Amino acid sequence: MIKVKVKSQSEKSKSVRIDIDHLAKLANLPLTAQEKKTFEKQLTDVLSYISKLNELDTTRVEPIGHITGLENVTRDDETAPSLTRDKVLSSTSRKYNGFFQVKAIFEEQ
Amino acid sequence: MIDLTSLTIKEAVDLLSTKQVKAQELTRTFLERATKLNKKLNCFITISQNVALAQAKKVDGLISDNQKLGPLAGIPLALKDLFSTAGIKTTAGSEVLENYVPVYDATVVSKLKVANAIFIGKTNLDAWGHGGSGENSDFGPTKNPYDLTRVPGGSSSGSAAAVAANLCLTATATDTGGSTRQPASFCNLVGLKPTYGRVSRYGVIAMASSLDTIGHITKTVYDSALILNITAGQDPFDATTSPKSKEFYTKEIASGVKSLKIGIPQEYFAHLDIDIKKLIMEAVKKLESQGAQVFDVSLPHTEYGVATYYIIQPSEVSSNLARYDGIRYSFGRDKFGAEAKRRIILGTFTLSAGYYDAYYLKAMKVRRLIREDFTRVFKNVDVLICPVSPTPPFKLGEKINDPLSMYLSDIYTVNVNLAGVPSLNVPCGFVDNPSTGSGQGLPVGMQIIGPDFSEKLLYQVGYAYEQETKWYQKKPNL
Repeated sequence: MIKVKVKSQSEKSKSVRIDIDHLAKLANLPLTAQEKKTFEKQLTDVLSYISKLNELDTTRVEPIGHITGLENVTRDDETAPSLTRDKVLSSTSRKYNGFFQVKAIFEEQ
Repeated sequence: MIDLTSLTIKEAVDLLSTKQVKAQELTRTFLERATKLNKKLNCFITISQNVALAQAKKVDGLISDNQKLGPLAGIPLALKDLFSTAGIKTTAGSEVLENYVPVYDATVVSKLKVANAIFIGKTNLDAWGHGGSGENSDFGPTKNPYDLTRVPGGSSSGSAAAVAANLCLTATATDTGGSTRQPASFCNLVGLKPTYGRVSRYGVIAMASSLDTIGHITKTVYDSALILNITAGQDPFDATTSPKSKEFYTKEIASGVKSLKIGIPQEYFAHLDIDIKKLIMEAVKKLESQGAQVFDVSLPHTEYGVATYYIIQPSEVSSNLARYDGIRYSFGRDKFGAEAKRRIILGTFTLSAGYYDAYYLKAMKVRRLIREDFTRVFKNVDVLICPVSPTPPFKLGEKINDPLSMYLSDIYTVNVNLAGVPSLNVPCGFVDNPSTGSGQGLPVGMQIIGPDFSEKLLYQVGYAYEQETKWYQKKPNL
């Protein structure tokens, strides 16, 4: 767990807690002890830089959802040829009877 | 005998169509040079020799049978290794996908195939497009052909170095925060970042979906327009592509810049390297002497660009990279390199419960302010001219252990992606190389930025400048 000092609009400092173990778990990302240590320091630097945005008053600004302004983009609901099962399975190393073979999820340990 | 590898696309198309050279001969020449110089430069992750020779044979057949040819018939090009290619390994520069062979083509790849282009190989890059130096590749860094101890820029490192070193006539690229423009500027090349939604992203491995655009790198402005003629347009497989019809970008490219209004955004020059500033202002003077008018303008939220970008981009990266779990294809998440891991953690944090409003939502609000800066300024001027990189190409290893300093090199490019507008990097000269002191200089580029869907205008401006300077003729000594 690390704390980052972040300047808020009123210039008062507040701390942000980064729990790197929790984040690694959320992201399903295996990290070594050394990586955790390095990233903690580097992310602290980046987050304190990012806090620069708090200088701006955005209370009356609408967030931008996306740039294009396009809405409800659909395509015709028609069937079309798609990839064959053999083709889809051609790049996997683990297949069984025309399926992807994966580790069991519900099996008891 | 002319040196075939030093041709532009336009020149090569002429030679091929008048049967002065065969597609197979041209392709073999490039394959040989690519294979030889790849040891020195590390531009390619894969050289697709068999594919290229088969494509060239087909083109020669079409020519000898007087069949209809695509506009790039026989043109050897390279594809950044983020572009899915059916039957050719596509790694994204990462060990996670080290053995992944797609079963379908990206839309841009299909279009280039229909145009009868030749695929020489897949180019090296910062893994997943993460970086501005090429050093984040899991397959080793690419070298800058103008100085082998320096970076070629990134993330389209291999694409830029390959075109600069005459290993192909053009290469595809992507631009999420500068990944096409910055390597083009570091390697004396033309690089287009199109309007968001102008070119289909389908089949190109996603980095940050609200920012990703599909560009390309060429030697000349005309060649860049020629490629956009092919890649632009709506695609039912990418719902963010615009229904606005594409233009014929090479047409009227020589219209000139008479009474064009050029804006010089002051925020982009305030702390700029003095030699780079000099070159850009000389270029602006050249356009002024051709009849353009120059105005000082302001984009007041410029300084918030990098902070906004380094919230939105890692957030979207963490989401896009969540699918690489190794369950169906390739390898697991332990194979991610340091930079990808860093961005996944940062993005997971900025999207996580309790922090979303303070970071992601805040950034999306500032993004609107940044876009409005551009909308406002384009009411008064037609284009903006400004630097692409705050420094010339830097040394390999110089910034790799300091991510924040690497991120800050994106200061002049990310706002364009946040705003969604198009931008064209055009070479504007060379500065002295501080390591050698004399001899070969280091390339500098400038970007010409325009309002949404103004690519045709950007090409006219770039072309007008290029006719007077022809920096592309200054090749690296290899």
